[in-house]
Amino acid sequence: MEPLRIHTGVVCPLNRSNIDTDQIIPKQFLKRIERSGFGQFLFYHWRFDDDGNLRKDFSMNHPKYQGASILVAGENFGCGSSREHAPWAIQDFGFKVVIAQSYADIFKNNCVKNGILTIQASEEQVQTIMRKAESEGYTLTVNLEDQVVYDNQGLEIKFDIPPYPKEMLLNGWDEIGVTLNYEDKISQYELASK
Amino acid sequence: MQKPKNIIQKVWEQHVVHQEAGKPDLLYIDLHLVHEVTSPQAFEGLRMNGRKVRRPDLTYATMDHNVSTRDRNVIKDPISKKQIDTLKENCQEFGVELSDRQHPDNGIVHVIGPELGLTQPGKTIVCGDSHTSTHGAFGALAFGIGTSEVEHVLATQTLWQAPPKTMNVKMNGKLGTGVTAKDLILAIIGKFGVQFGTGYVMEYTGEAIRSLSMEERMTVCNMSIEGGARAGLIAPDETTFEYLKGRRHVPKGEAFEEAVAKWRTLSTEEGAEYDAVVEIEASEVEPQVTWGTNPGMCIPITASVPNPEEEEKSNKKDEISRALQYMGLEADQPISSVKIDHVFIGSCTNSRLSDLRKAADVVRGHKVNPKVKAIVVPGSFSVKLAAEKEGIDQIFKEAGFEWREAGCSMCLAMNDDIVPPGGRCASTSNRNFEGRQGNGSRTHLVSPEMAAAAAVAGHFVDVRQFTAQEVL
Repeated sequence: MEPLRIHTGVVCPLNRSNIDTDQIIPKQFLKRIERSGFGQFLFYHWRFDDDGNLRKDFSMNHPKYQGASILVAGENFGCGSSREHAPWAIQDFGFKVVIAQSYADIFKNNCVKNGILTIQASEEQVQTIMRKAESEGYTLTVNLEDQVVYDNQGLEIKFDIPPYPKEMLLNGWDEIGVTLNYEDKISQYELASK
Repeated sequence: MQKPKNIIQKVWEQHVVHQEAGKPDLLYIDLHLVHEVTSPQAFEGLRMNGRKVRRPDLTYATMDHNVSTRDRNVIKDPISKKQIDTLKENCQEFGVELSDRQHPDNGIVHVIGPELGLTQPGKTIVCGDSHTSTHGAFGALAFGIGTSEVEHVLATQTLWQAPPKTMNVKMNGKLGTGVTAKDLILAIIGKFGVQFGTGYVMEYTGEAIRSLSMEERMTVCNMSIEGGARAGLIAPDETTFEYLKGRRHVPKGEAFEEAVAKWRTLSTEEGAEYDAVVEIEASEVEPQVTWGTNPGMCIPITASVPNPEEEEKSNKKDEISRALQYMGLEADQPISSVKIDHVFIGSCTNSRLSDLRKAADVVRGHKVNPKVKAIVVPGSFSVKLAAEKEGIDQIFKEAGFEWREAGCSMCLAMNDDIVPPGGRCASTSNRNFEGRQGNGSRTHLVSPEMAAAAAVAGHFVDVRQFTAQEVL
């Protein structure tokens, strides 16, 4: 997993709430047995019409958001299915950070495991960023160490993150490797509960 | 004196392997259920790092999402086939027990776990599937995980988990005639929204819950995730023990009595606190129908589709307008006037024997409306056989339903059971998201009884009146 410390990138707004993982990556693309290559299917039915042409009215398709790496959305982002293909698609498409009012629990966990930072912000903050992101080339910088998001126009948002996911993201750790250091404890538990 | 604890806290504490400041708890997992869609990358991860499955004996695999409900032996889509074959190869390589698609124990993972007695009170149960919450019906702490966590459990039999907040979801009173467990959970999500449970594990309590059968309790717990909660559970009682007795993986004889004695101690203690409490009066719940594109967009059958103009907040207004547009509905339209062209009775929410019995009772002696294509997909091989023994398949077939093989099927349309674009389905499943049952499909979530009545009428009807007409 790639460490994530400071990241600056173009912001893409997605002004909706309750975006479920069925929208993020529709089920017909869950059949692959690989972990990579899901970006092309991200928000498939929102990005493409039935003939496979880009939908012009979908924000992500606008030229000014090409190359964006920070995704901004409303409440309850990533609800529904536990499919990790959703964060895989988000990451493969080029996003490294998501900013939203709230997240579904499983989705948020899945993001951390893949080195994607999910930042929770207030409705007002999210709306402010959405508004600012209407202008071309609007970028934000995220500093995970200091837990702050800022732009070059004076916006500064502090955010909370528990120490464990923060450490995981900063170091890009392989969690299983970490857990295997507790092998003795796991064996003890197994013996005791027999 | 120790502070009284609720069942969630008790099960949690019994599974903590390691605790340290600044870290989540390292939680032991008693049962890991595996299916073909969310496991291939996890097994591949093990292989790449030269790791083994730590406890194959606590791991059980089935194939359900991609299987055909027409012919168990045929999977036309080569990519689906590859995924199925990969699970089989992985299970062989890593020594995991698998109920293959021809195996008599095969079925939807959340149907067979309880059927086989793998699901037991007080266990921690995970699966790479958000409807793992179903197993909470037995007083297990059961939740869905992603593929990285699947790999983590395979390798270590543990997960790093922050202790959840706890919520008491009290269901007072009794459900009325013709009102089901499905209506109860839909009404709760309709009332409190699709994210009221985020960050929480729920305990369902109250008279209405106690009077439900195990299969009905599974329906309620199944949809905890649609209210945002990763897990929802019900303290075990006589109903639970009665269900478990004699099942394959449940202790037998004296060992069973010992297990029951232990399971009884799990219940929430007098005076225990929760981080939140919500209540619903079960007697006021009517049969529900979802009108929109998430399970919280839900109204009683007697009501009309909402009007966005009545919403004050602009983002709510937009959300309703967008859902109405997707669903092809008019604001203020009575939901009973909505015509359907597909009916799906099945899924991990409502595909168990009692679900099929109740739907068959509604259908008996009727014909499916000629404009409706209706299918019944039992949750498992074993449900299918039991239903056939009772002649339930005949009732459905005579009415014009297709009687299928077990699987996830049209709940998420990963196999070839797909609602076509613009098609409208009365479905007993759990999600009405855009495109869930096929690109452009429109899903209305209902109980099996309501789905059966809609199949006959060709539009939504109040099953309470439908049944009353029968008596006359």
